[in-house]
Amino acid sequence: MALPAVFFAVFFAWPVTAIVARGLKADGVWRFGRMADVVTQPDIRHVLWFTTWQALASTALTLLLALPAAHVFARLDFPGKQLLRAVVTVPFVLPTVVVGTAFLALVGRGGLLDDLWGVRLDTTVWAILLAHVFFNFAVVVRTVGGLWAQLDPRQEQAARMLGAAPLTAWRTVTLPALAPAVAAAALMVFLFTFTSFGVVQILGGPTFSTLEVEIYRQTSEVFDLSTAAVLTLVQFVAVGTILAVHAWTVRRRESALRLVAPETTAHRPRGAGQWALLAGVLLTVVLLLVLPLAVLVRRSLDAPGLGYYRALTDADGGTFLVAPLHAVWTSLEYAVAATGIALLIGGLAAAALARRDAGRLVRGFDALLMLPLGVSAVTVGFGFLIALDRPPLDLRQSWILVPLAQALVGAPFVVRTMLPVLRAVDGRLREAAAVLGASPWRVWREVDLPLVRRALLIAAGFAFAVSLGEFGATVFIARPDNPTLPVAVARLLSRPGELNYGQAMALSTILMVVCAAALLVLERLRTDRTGEF
Amino acid sequence: MLLSLEAATVRLGGRPVLDAVGLDVAEHEVVCVLGPSGSGKSTLLRAVAGLQPLDSGRVLLGGRDQTGVPAHRRGVGLMFQDHQLFPQRDVGGNVAFGLRMHGVAKGQRDAEVGDLLELVGLPGAARRAVAGLSGGEQQRVALARALAPRPRLLMLDEPLGQLDRSLRDRLVVELRELFGRLGTTVLAVTHDQGEAFALADRVVVMRDGRIAQSGTPLEVWQRPADEFVARFLGFENVVPATVSDGVADTPWGKLPVPDGSVQGDRPLLVRPAGVRLVAAAEGLPCVVTARTFRGTHVAVRLLPRDGGPPVEAACALRVAPEPGDEVGLTFDADEIVVLG
Repeated sequence: MALPAVFFAVFFAWPVTAIVARGLKADGVWRFGRMADVVTQPDIRHVLWFTTWQALASTALTLLLALPAAHVFARLDFPGKQLLRAVVTVPFVLPTVVVGTAFLALVGRGGLLDDLWGVRLDTTVWAILLAHVFFNFAVVVRTVGGLWAQLDPRQEQAARMLGAAPLTAWRTVTLPALAPAVAAAALMVFLFTFTSFGVVQILGGPTFSTLEVEIYRQTSEVFDLSTAAVLTLVQFVAVGTILAVHAWTVRRRESALRLVAPETTAHRPRGAGQWALLAGVLLTVVLLLVLPLAVLVRRSLDAPGLGYYRALTDADGGTFLVAPLHAVWTSLEYAVAATGIALLIGGLAAAALARRDAGRLVRGFDALLMLPLGVSAVTVGFGFLIALDRPPLDLRQSWILVPLAQALVGAPFVVRTMLPVLRAVDGRLREAAAVLGASPWRVWREVDLPLVRRALLIAAGFAFAVSLGEFGATVFIARPDNPTLPVAVARLLSRPGELNYGQAMALSTILMVVCAAALLVLERLRTDRTGEF
Repeated sequence: MLLSLEAATVRLGGRPVLDAVGLDVAEHEVVCVLGPSGSGKSTLLRAVAGLQPLDSGRVLLGGRDQTGVPAHRRGVGLMFQDHQLFPQRDVGGNVAFGLRMHGVAKGQRDAEVGDLLELVGLPGAARRAVAGLSGGEQQRVALARALAPRPRLLMLDEPLGQLDRSLRDRLVVELRELFGRLGTTVLAVTHDQGEAFALADRVVVMRDGRIAQSGTPLEVWQRPADEFVARFLGFENVVPATVSDGVADTPWGKLPVPDGSVQGDRPLLVRPAGVRLVAAAEGLPCVVTARTFRGTHVAVRLLPRDGGPPVEAACALRVAPEPGDEVGLTFDADEIVVLG
């Protein structure tokens, strides 16, 4: 418990404090009026307004498209369901930069739609909304579909026997049971889209800017650190509110429901309606999830003889001090280090939280751990930038800074994955081992470890994927001569020229393949429903 | 004394679950703690095992105060209510666990596991998965696992609780024989009096965290200490009485009591075997309300004509009356106990 607490104090609480001080303190005097000053600026108000409404619109659109899919996954049985489930999940672990690039390839200048019909969406908000749906489709399908599959269909049948029409039975029995899960999923989507950075950075152009993007712009382009700090605080408050509401709905979700094994509730599609629904969902998945990635790969191969890929090995492009391909190794190294740190910190925290005698204080820490996930990567990166650059802790020149930030973002995933499994270990198994002469350390090794080994591997996979794709924090603190993959992609995109564009596509494809491979390994490990993600 | 509890007290949520319990267990003795659920008997075991810290009082093992000694250093064995076999290990791995924790070498370990499995009637089962075991087999593996590190005290929590009746009756005999042969000191808890009486040298009845009575099975059965113990043992004929000069004044009239019974206002127990059925005119007039076949005898429920609580009588099948019959009752002083 002590180590995770210190870690979060030094690498989260302190940077956040530094942000507060930077934003609201001038010449040693607190000026809370700065909050109001910044927030009432017309351009900042515009950013706030856009951030909120695009998040609302993205959430509504995601629910509209993903809820039918959740139903199909929960209740229908069809060949290739496992494959489709994996396909739907891949986008969630893909780096935002890859998604942005893929949609650019689909709807942007010279993109597929541009070629076919001369339609370009990259200057409209539609590109952003569609990319957000792409991302969060899996959140809704997994959260809602997972519960839906476990709802006992006989409840609905009981309502039917009492005289309710099919739709009435669904509305009066199933929908109320699902409502908390739908609310939780919607809040998660809202949170992710509210704090969206990579997607908006790439697709938003100069017109559209979320709070995250604005914070980044204020920091790295306008160099107005105190405005950035104030904006970070605004975001902090908003995210804290969303997380609190989310925690509340999750508690509500834990109400007594009759749950059954998911395998028993699905059946083959019957009748034209169900076949049409299945076809519609498949079409949505293909158009929305598969097509952008396919176009991305296709575009990366545009140059003859894998030209874009070969150009990646070349440092002469002038975009970087090193060959872009070097970023692959940098990313992998960072990811391994970040995974190690996230596992250590998250694992220890989860072990402490799982104890049945965990007090109120420890349980409060649980919510605290979720903050870096929600408070957004840009905040973390910005906080690192202004807090860890001077003694006693000057890490600016150290390579460890990037894995540390990534671990901070990855640790909540580790905790979320490990906690349910650790909690499910029967405490009396540990007691049985203790009575047989096992010391506490041996109890952990002999009883807990074998039971949680798989969850640990899954957590490691998540931490690894998160670290590989992490963009918001890394872009602040990665050193110019050592960019990670997402940072390299973003930098290539920001340069003019067909070669840079093509290289970005090629590098994104590589990143996508690595992340998808990591996820597919995870899916093989995850035969049971481990954790929340 | 191998085990001594001195005023052991455990409070959970402000309520005493163990209330100043004093208990001694001698070497090679088999003691059974008997009590309804919630009487604190499982907590008693957990306190001895070191899994539940005491709020006050002491646990001594072999004369040594165990305060602050963690569970894994106490050298006692505990067989859990639902066995708690390690699901990721096979039968042999479960039985060998305690030996490994005590640093027994591999070769010797395997030999001992084989011996133990033979002892509990599962020879050659070492490679089997625990998930595939029946309830009775799990029971045996759990017992072998608890016995393996040769604990100085073996504790059993509802050892036969989840098994079906015939298996229980068989296992209880096997256990008794096994403990006798090995000379194991045993502290078991159960809510089943049949199990306790069959297994134990001494029975300790618990109520609300306190010890209500302690004695040999025969003593407890013959002379329940108070109304609670009597009712817990399944006796229903308990009525308030005023005892003086060898006669008890009860709602059923004047009943004879054994010589030397305590005088004064006391609850009175009449064992069903002490209720004699006679012609309606000759004793307490009653009407039969129910009769239940109990295998060796028939339990007859009777309602006195002149009021008073119902009476239960045990009688032979061929003389048992039908519901609705009118009979008279007399009482046998030898089967009557004046309770404390």
